[in-house]
Amino acid sequence: MVSQAPIIIIGNGIAGITTARHIRKRSDIPILIISKESRYFFSRTALMYVYMGHLKWEHTQPYENHFWKKNRLDLCQETVTNIDPQAKTVKLSNGSILSYTSLVLATGSLPNKFGWPGENLKGVQGLYSKQDLENLEALSSSIKEAVVVGGGLIGIELAEMLHARGKKVTFLVREDSFWNTVIPESDSKMINRHIISHGIDLRLSTNLSEIIEDENGRAKAIRTDKNEIIPCQFVGLTVGVRPNIDFIKHTSIATNKGILVNKYLETSQTDIYAVGDCAEQQEPLPGRRPIEAVWYTGRMMGETLAKTLTGKKTAYQPGHWFNSAKFFDIEYQTYGLVAARPTKAEIHFHWENAEKNIGITIAFNKSTNEFLGINSFGIRLRHEIFDQFLTEKRSVFHVLEHLNDCNFDPEFFTSLGVEIVTKFNHEFNTNIRLKKKSWTRIFNNLITIK
Amino acid sequence: MKTLQKFGLGIFLTGLTLFCSLIFLGKYQLTHQEFDALIDEKGIKSDLFIANINSKVTDKVFLGPFEFSKRVITALEEANKVHRKKKEWNKVIWDKPHSFSYEVSKKAGKGMIPNNKGWFWFLTFGLGIIGSLLYIIPNLITLGPPGIKNNNIYFDSSTNRGFMGWSVFIFLVSFYVLLYFFPDYIVNWTYIVDPISQSISGNLASQWFLYGFLYCVVMTVMAIRMYIKYRNNKYQILRTTSVLFFQIVFAFLIPEILVRFEKPWYDFKNAFPLDYDFFFSWNLNSLISSGGFGLFILVWGIVLTLVIVPVMVYFFGKRWYCSWVCGCGGLAETLGDPYRHLSNKSIGAWKLERWLVHGVLAFAIVMTGFTLYTYFSGTSAILGIKTQSIQSTYGFLIGSVFAGVIGTGFYPIFGNRVWCRFGCPLAAYLGLVQRFKSRFRITTNGGQCISCGNCSTYCEMGIDVRAYAQKGQNIVRSSCVGCGVCSAVCPRGVLKLENGPVANRTHLPNFPLGNTLD
Repeated sequence: MVSQAPIIIIGNGIAGITTARHIRKRSDIPILIISKESRYFFSRTALMYVYMGHLKWEHTQPYENHFWKKNRLDLCQETVTNIDPQAKTVKLSNGSILSYTSLVLATGSLPNKFGWPGENLKGVQGLYSKQDLENLEALSSSIKEAVVVGGGLIGIELAEMLHARGKKVTFLVREDSFWNTVIPESDSKMINRHIISHGIDLRLSTNLSEIIEDENGRAKAIRTDKNEIIPCQFVGLTVGVRPNIDFIKHTSIATNKGILVNKYLETSQTDIYAVGDCAEQQEPLPGRRPIEAVWYTGRMMGETLAKTLTGKKTAYQPGHWFNSAKFFDIEYQTYGLVAARPTKAEIHFHWENAEKNIGITIAFNKSTNEFLGINSFGIRLRHEIFDQFLTEKRSVFHVLEHLNDCNFDPEFFTSLGVEIVTKFNHEFNTNIRLKKKSWTRIFNNLITIK
Repeated sequence: MKTLQKFGLGIFLTGLTLFCSLIFLGKYQLTHQEFDALIDEKGIKSDLFIANINSKVTDKVFLGPFEFSKRVITALEEANKVHRKKKEWNKVIWDKPHSFSYEVSKKAGKGMIPNNKGWFWFLTFGLGIIGSLLYIIPNLITLGPPGIKNNNIYFDSSTNRGFMGWSVFIFLVSFYVLLYFFPDYIVNWTYIVDPISQSISGNLASQWFLYGFLYCVVMTVMAIRMYIKYRNNKYQILRTTSVLFFQIVFAFLIPEILVRFEKPWYDFKNAFPLDYDFFFSWNLNSLISSGGFGLFILVWGIVLTLVIVPVMVYFFGKRWYCSWVCGCGGLAETLGDPYRHLSNKSIGAWKLERWLVHGVLAFAIVMTGFTLYTYFSGTSAILGIKTQSIQSTYGFLIGSVFAGVIGTGFYPIFGNRVWCRFGCPLAAYLGLVQRFKSRFRITTNGGQCISCGNCSTYCEMGIDVRAYAQKGQNIVRSSCVGCGVCSAVCPRGVLKLENGPVANRTHLPNFPLGNTLD
């Protein structure tokens, strides 16, 4: 009797590993996780801290090395080159062929490149993988000036990383304000100012035209679309990511930009599933994008799929949108949906304290006053309470009244509720009174799971 | 700015070098009059010892403390040997040899150093303080705007167990070995703080006064560093101010002032069993013989441990003590802050921690039980074990070696809370209360954790904070001292130290986060 073929998971990022851990919590099915990038799971979001000297590599690994064996999660550090959905096998680059009972594709993303001249030169790279970090570290001592292209979350992180290691950083952003395709204008302007205050040369409305090569095949400068030449020994290309599915495209698994999945995360082929950055929802939920390449959705998909694979077929229901980031010293949290450019039905209320680099934007419905979402900069907010506000479709007035319950800043931080509510009352001619923080309210409606 | 910092470092190192070199310098000459006074003071009855010192030590000039100390100790040991053999118990000198030698040396020091205490204070302490401030204060500019300042920590040899780290380790360990076991070699250090001691308590400085004063100076300077590093975080600033206040006022000034008014030396915030000799017979006798005030201390000490400590832990967690009041915690949170990430986070270390710290607590309780039994029954041994020898074993192993040499000396290698985590019996006691009956927890903010590992890395107690945070679970751990740094370094606003209803302490959110394991 041949032993049972395992569930094979391709990719050991957050989506793949969450799937594996949750399957193991619910069942004893053999699991094999294949990844070439690194033997052990690490937190991709922590790569920047290794380069900045906050952490060592081992700190990015959430589980000790003995964890995998103890939980019977087999690891294989190889590249998958082909998948045969009929035979239910995967082929590895070393030639071996492995059978699976179910296959989970969690292959993540690849940094975008747009065919710029010189984009494959030495000293030009993105920042996504462990290898990207190692390449950057190897070059680091020879970098004095760096250019980062692309005004997104990885771009600003790379700018911060290089700046922390004493490099002179020029930051090219296509838009006329940082990340203003995602956050409203006033939020975006605040971040612009903060980037500049750190000594970054921020170039808005500026595109890359070409990367110029030196005699050794390494980048020595870039030319912008304004025909300006900026000398640099490193070019960071951080113009978004795309699903890492090149080796899947020539299989019978249906793909578009990503691997197409239904709400059960099933691909077009039986017993093959996709989770995380590489999955593209055929029918995205209202207000949500088909591909959401963020940590949290990868984790939620993993948890959902694990239920399906252990006999409890479960649809992917990520709940209300939330996300977070950090722009140099400014922490960002968002709950619900705040449009970058609000439609007529959506009203934005913005408050900020420019000196302290803190601010919020609250979106609500013009006619019903329903609270739609909040962007918060430099103020920490309680996730669960906002989730509850959104579920209960509370009004913006209710949210403002309870701002003190929502605050998640460390103890003794100055409460800004009064300032915020006063401004709102003034702008919208309301008479909202801020309530005192109440433990009863904070925990009252939250069901405790043990 | 960088030049100014280098200049500051130079001044600091000059002061430090001079301070160290004082060990080897100085003139020691014990006059006949001084020796006679000492014989009276100590009630020495050993004619052998007196004759030996008179022939080999008195009126002779010694350069450096070593030969002087050697002769005194040899005389003492030879005399004791003979007296013991002859069972002349009243002639035996019971003092620890190096402590005895310290008392002789303190009288014998002559010449430049005792004659220029102020100048030598300036050249050692003074230069050290000025230099380190010149090094620290420019950080306001060089570290950039307020925020988390952990850049390059793992590239720096002093904070990544490199050459500098090991050098600091050797220095600190040597310092503690000298302080605890060879005080007679550091008599010169005590001379330079004599004027300060005299102005507070009226007495000449002992090595313990020196240590207390140095402790306050180091904490003050490093607290300034904390104020700059964490200037974006009010919790850290208030906490630093609090530990500094309790060290300077409660651990240093009040006890010395009590001595001036002929009351027993007592640190009102130092709770048993950290204050392990509180119930030792010499302390009880001294308190009882000090009248009403002594009795007040006796009652206070008992109430502090049995009532105040657990009640405060119920409301605020053990942090109210460990990272807001305690002296050991105070040094760890100021001098030790640059080393906080070096604590071991493995499950193995956690297991060791639980055995060791509760073991020390059990040791302290058993020892105190023996002590009190002996005290009230008048016998000196139980089951053939001498209380005296249990006490000295504890004092040596736990009080000196663990708390001092390892606890602080190992900062640059094992992080800044080795003692608090593995050895402190009070922390173990507070931890039990915190774990089972307290409103304190570190709340995890829903699903916002990205598993980056900053919280676990910078946890000085070696708690794998991330393991909880990434599951959306609140953190309730007996060892947590509530320093708040996990919350400070979290890039996504996931962690908050708070005191709330006990019922919801280990609350888990009920919506899908991808991190709730059922």
